[in-house]
Amino acid sequence: MSDQILMKGNEALGEAAIIAGCRFYFGYPITPQNEVPAYMARRLPDVGGTFLQAESEIAAINMVYGASAAGARVMTSSSSPGISLKQEGLSYIAGAELPCVVVNIMRGGPGLGNIAGSQGDYFQSTRGGGNGDYRQLVLTPATVQEMADLTVLAFDLADKYRVTVLILGDGYLGQISEALTLPKPTGKVFDKPWALTGAKGRKPNKVASLRLVPESSLEELNLVLDEKYKSISANECRSESYLTDDADYLLVAYGTSSRICREAVNELREEGIKVGLFRLITAWPFPAEALRKAADKTKKILTVEMSLGQMIEDVQLSVKDSDKVDFYGRSGGMLPETDEIKRRIKAYGN
Amino acid sequence: METKKFKYVYDKPEALVDKVTHYCPGCGHGIVHKLLAEVMDEFGVREKAIIVAPVGCSVLIYDYMNFDGCEASHGRAPAVATGLKRVHPDNIVVAYQGDGDLLAIGTGEAIHAANRGENFTTIFINNAIYGMTGGQMAPTTMENQITATTPTGRDPMDVGYPIRGCELLNSLEAPVFIERCSIHDFKNTLKTKKAIKKGIKNQIEGRGYSFIEVLSTCPTNWGMKPQEAADWVKDTMVPYYPLGNFRDN
Repeated sequence: MSDQILMKGNEALGEAAIIAGCRFYFGYPITPQNEVPAYMARRLPDVGGTFLQAESEIAAINMVYGASAAGARVMTSSSSPGISLKQEGLSYIAGAELPCVVVNIMRGGPGLGNIAGSQGDYFQSTRGGGNGDYRQLVLTPATVQEMADLTVLAFDLADKYRVTVLILGDGYLGQISEALTLPKPTGKVFDKPWALTGAKGRKPNKVASLRLVPESSLEELNLVLDEKYKSISANECRSESYLTDDADYLLVAYGTSSRICREAVNELREEGIKVGLFRLITAWPFPAEALRKAADKTKKILTVEMSLGQMIEDVQLSVKDSDKVDFYGRSGGMLPETDEIKRRIKAYGN
Repeated sequence: METKKFKYVYDKPEALVDKVTHYCPGCGHGIVHKLLAEVMDEFGVREKAIIVAPVGCSVLIYDYMNFDGCEASHGRAPAVATGLKRVHPDNIVVAYQGDGDLLAIGTGEAIHAANRGENFTTIFINNAIYGMTGGQMAPTTMENQITATTPTGRDPMDVGYPIRGCELLNSLEAPVFIERCSIHDFKNTLKTKKAIKKGIKNQIEGRGYSFIEVLSTCPTNWGMKPQEAADWVKDTMVPYYPLGNFRDN
């Protein structure tokens, strides 16, 4: 345990990005993720990297686009309204098949909302907030340790598939301090023959999403992307099943709300009620098969979110009997309560 | 049989791809593309060059330049160029932008890249209209000029006066070179090449941000013949957009 240190979620994420080889960060201030740019501004010069405060979220994501096109490992972070501004850039990044890591430390919305943690951006994250037929990989950490571990994983996944990997945290997770063991670099190296480095001894490279001819060109790109997304769906679903084997009731959650659910599971188990937790680690691809398995023999499924019901749609699409899917959520920066979860599970009764 | 050896005195630049462009007759883009390619050849930096394309008629510039190329979304070329140049400080990065791109949707990115003194070169094509979308009002459309979205002419009381890009950027401390040129005749075309050359030279020497505005023609959307369009630049645009150097540090 001697290698454990105490860090804030946002700072652990920043350090993990540096461990993963990220040497370029572009961002714009917005609460509750300000520790990320501040950490990168302090740390990146130490490791020969570049931190740049952009003039807007839009500029920041386009700097990410340029740095990624140049072949670098690059990251930006923001919170909900800022992530909305980045959607145009994320669509272009998908079309040009560029790898990058984007962090959304969610806050309450819609609009300016507030600065408290929320999970209101699930639809935007998993359905694609930008234009066109595209997907992005979405990782949902629940602890400071996972903020770090999944960040290291995110850079490898981004390079492997040439996609955006979105780390979907929330304001509570960004702000809490917990003990963690810093992850090690994976050492994986990805060739980037497509990168813009100057056409020395090779044909010019082009990074672009424009495909003017529908039949021979744009549909072809869409089909290439589709194959890639199918491969991600087949290989990268991640989840955790906690005490689900004998469960009569199942809680489904991710991130901060899954921590509250875990507490409810432990307390209910002490009372002899067989309840388990299915926790997403990837929101896209959605771990439907694992959820089906965990939910198969349960009588009732309670989806718990810090929103008024977004992930529940994926849960309903995944399980055989969608009638047994129930919902409990709080929004606007409020947290679901352990007692309320317990009350609802008990009310399902016998 | 021995062939007589001729010396090439004028050839297609290596930095230009040998293909027919999609530009209309009398359009200025082809001229500026060629000037840029000649400059790249003259400095011998083709293999280090990266062109950042705008959204607009010249969106396909990366198909005409025989070096690496990068698309940018509308107005974001300066941010994309910033990302590229920060990763590869020894590459030669050129952001090529039109008037809608640079002075309407992308004004923020243009001003802030210039203000940071990013070490890349901007070529700004001002033809006073949106070409690709069919001739709508640009931020640089002249007073009373008729466009698809100003059918009775641009009324400054309603939509403001045309914006002067060089003068706007000249209020900033960081840029090292700001010049407005034109391609409406041979003499000015040569001056344009000289300015582009200075802009690339500054970048090679790591001196910082250079901005070259080129007054250009759009005969199709202006509803003019090519020569009339060149004359319109001289008679209507030049008096409002004075040619010359604003800064050469």
